[in-house]
Amino acid sequence: MAEPLAAAGNAGAAPAPELLTTADGRPLRAALAKAQTRARRRAFLLVVPLLVFVLLTFLVPIGYMLQRSFQHDGFSSAAPALDAWFAANPKFDPANPPEEAYAALVDDLKRMQGDRTTGIAGTRINYTVPGTVSLFKSGARDAETLTPPFKQGLVATNPRWAEPKIWLAMAAASHNTTPEFYYVAADYKLTDNGWERGAPNERIYLYLFAKTFLVSGIITFICLILAFPVAHLLATLPMSRASLLMILVLLPFWTSLLVRTSAWIALLQEQGVVNNMLVKIGLVADGNRLAMMYNMTGTIVAMTHVLLPFMILPLYSVMRTIPVSYTRAARSLGATSWTTFRRVYLPQTLPGIAAGSLLVFILAVGYYITPALVGGADGQLISNLISFHMAKSNWSLAAALAGMLLVAILVLYWIYDKLIGIDRLKLG
Amino acid sequence: MALPTYASPLERAWYWTYLAICAAIFLFLIAPILIVIPLSFNAEPYFTFTSKMLAFDPTGYSLRWYDTLFTLGHPEPDAVRNQAWWSEAWSSAAWVKAARNSIWVGFWATILATTLGTIAALGLSRPEMPYRRLIMALLISPMIVPVIIVAVGMSFFFAKACVAPDTVWGTLAGPFLSSKGCLANSSLGIILAHAMLGIPFVIITVTATLSGFDQSLSRAAASLGANPRTTFFKVIMPLILPGVISGALFAFVTSFDEVVAVLFIAGPEQQTIPRQMFNGIREQISPAILAVATILVIVSVGLLTAVELLRRRGERLRGVTPR
Repeated sequence: MAEPLAAAGNAGAAPAPELLTTADGRPLRAALAKAQTRARRRAFLLVVPLLVFVLLTFLVPIGYMLQRSFQHDGFSSAAPALDAWFAANPKFDPANPPEEAYAALVDDLKRMQGDRTTGIAGTRINYTVPGTVSLFKSGARDAETLTPPFKQGLVATNPRWAEPKIWLAMAAASHNTTPEFYYVAADYKLTDNGWERGAPNERIYLYLFAKTFLVSGIITFICLILAFPVAHLLATLPMSRASLLMILVLLPFWTSLLVRTSAWIALLQEQGVVNNMLVKIGLVADGNRLAMMYNMTGTIVAMTHVLLPFMILPLYSVMRTIPVSYTRAARSLGATSWTTFRRVYLPQTLPGIAAGSLLVFILAVGYYITPALVGGADGQLISNLISFHMAKSNWSLAAALAGMLLVAILVLYWIYDKLIGIDRLKLG
Repeated sequence: MALPTYASPLERAWYWTYLAICAAIFLFLIAPILIVIPLSFNAEPYFTFTSKMLAFDPTGYSLRWYDTLFTLGHPEPDAVRNQAWWSEAWSSAAWVKAARNSIWVGFWATILATTLGTIAALGLSRPEMPYRRLIMALLISPMIVPVIIVAVGMSFFFAKACVAPDTVWGTLAGPFLSSKGCLANSSLGIILAHAMLGIPFVIITVTATLSGFDQSLSRAAASLGANPRTTFFKVIMPLILPGVISGALFAFVTSFDEVVAVLFIAGPEQQTIPRQMFNGIREQISPAILAVATILVIVSVGLLTAVELLRRRGERLRGVTPR
């Protein structure tokens, strides 16, 4: 027994694995490695069914969405003659396309009229040059009667056919894969000189992204301000009373989002409970009721209420672990209560603040239902715009906007994982 | 935080202010949920308290909005309420249909999420699990990634996920798919989507339960001659069951409350309660929504109680002293 033990002590310096063997005579190191591999495989096999499920219901749909944000064959499949011409003449002059390009265009327009694909082809061009669906529809109708020279004939029916940006858009749309939807989602515009950034007052998408982040920041901040005293109270009360008060936090958490949203409508609308109360006690004149619903105020109030438990719970779980003796020590060493709070208590709550704030911010950025129901015209966030474009069948643009939102969320998620760790996420 | 005896008057004043602030925040949290209950008994079609209600005049209150839940969509709402009337309400009243559909979808989504999630959580809690952090991040992400993104992706994917009705797959899966044989507009599509959205909750609750699990118990079972299956069903399962059930309740609530995915991938047949409420709030806002809301509040009180009892039972079983 002494020899193998000595060998085990020297294992790093002089490998002598044959000395350490299992009962059936295999080298121990190999047997251990094999057993560990088997245990790893067994653990992994337990997760495989769920991974397959998540792959099919989560990753593949997101992949489809991303694919849609880069791909659109509405024009290229409807216009084979132009596709071939663009492929043969990649460096044509969009300001003055030759007659053969127009001939290919008229050929394709006739085909579109026959295949009834004008709508889908026009929609594809319409992404980058707005107002072109009707151009394609009328062009396809007129194409039947046109005779060479097609250039003059087509431009005579509508001078827009000579616009360089139409030709630039068609050349780009002849490829199936394109980053153009992201250009549009980043407020770039196709002009006669190529892609240019839109004027500041036309940057609707980036503006809405900025607005979404700003509103989410405001909501996160309000949640933090409201959650801090409540979490502190819950953490310092005796357990029996704290768990009673905890019900007041958990009940909203368990109540349907739509219930809470409709409750806020009942409370805040113009003829709602709060306004009626204010009128009754004379703070507000009857003709001058406060507009708290169907605008940004409504969105912020309702979302704060919905997300507040997500701030209270992480804060509470951190605060409960802070020993009360630290603050007592600080006080006994002569610190004022404000200094004690600022220099002793607050720094210890930072992990909870970070966890709660990031979680609330991430959830707020992607919110859809509450802004859709109580936001009115000006309380809409980026998710609502995605839904709007989905309803308008601008699928590729919706997908590009969703792709941008996804990147933002993944960055935030990564930060959350680095700072707090996903495995420390808790519920209730 | 009790006030120490040496507190100065200023500190006393601050302490009471602090308590008042906390009370106000608790009011903010709970008042909107409680306010829907009296409002749902409104006799008038308003979303606010009428003067009769404020004067506690009995004629200001009524059950008419609860009645609407059975009559909306009923072919003969004013007929005599015999057994035939009620069975008609069961099969054609809009809210009843929505409730049945919601429960049906929620039930299967919960079964799916809980089974897959619990098995995976068992693997994830083993110390030798490879790539644990990465897999965990992936499995939690349906909770983090905005539902609208997944819903957009699903509406593209489910429209393509079809089977031809005359193949073996078509005969097997056909009854669960839409009339075109696709996942889009089908109950199965919604069940899959909701199960996916519920999985993070199951993973979180069950791994949390398993993290307090004493591995020596399963080793003791093994040393006493139990095979892995007996160990699982006789030792592990009873101990983690409270966590599994509360994970299942979370998954059910997630499904029962989910509307974004339903709006994007469901067909007109798959009306659910949240969808009906969403459309009701958007189109014609009536106190019937508040009646549904009241019922849902009562349901959530029940669920909260169940989860809390389960948590305590779980801690007692595992020998964790209540904090």
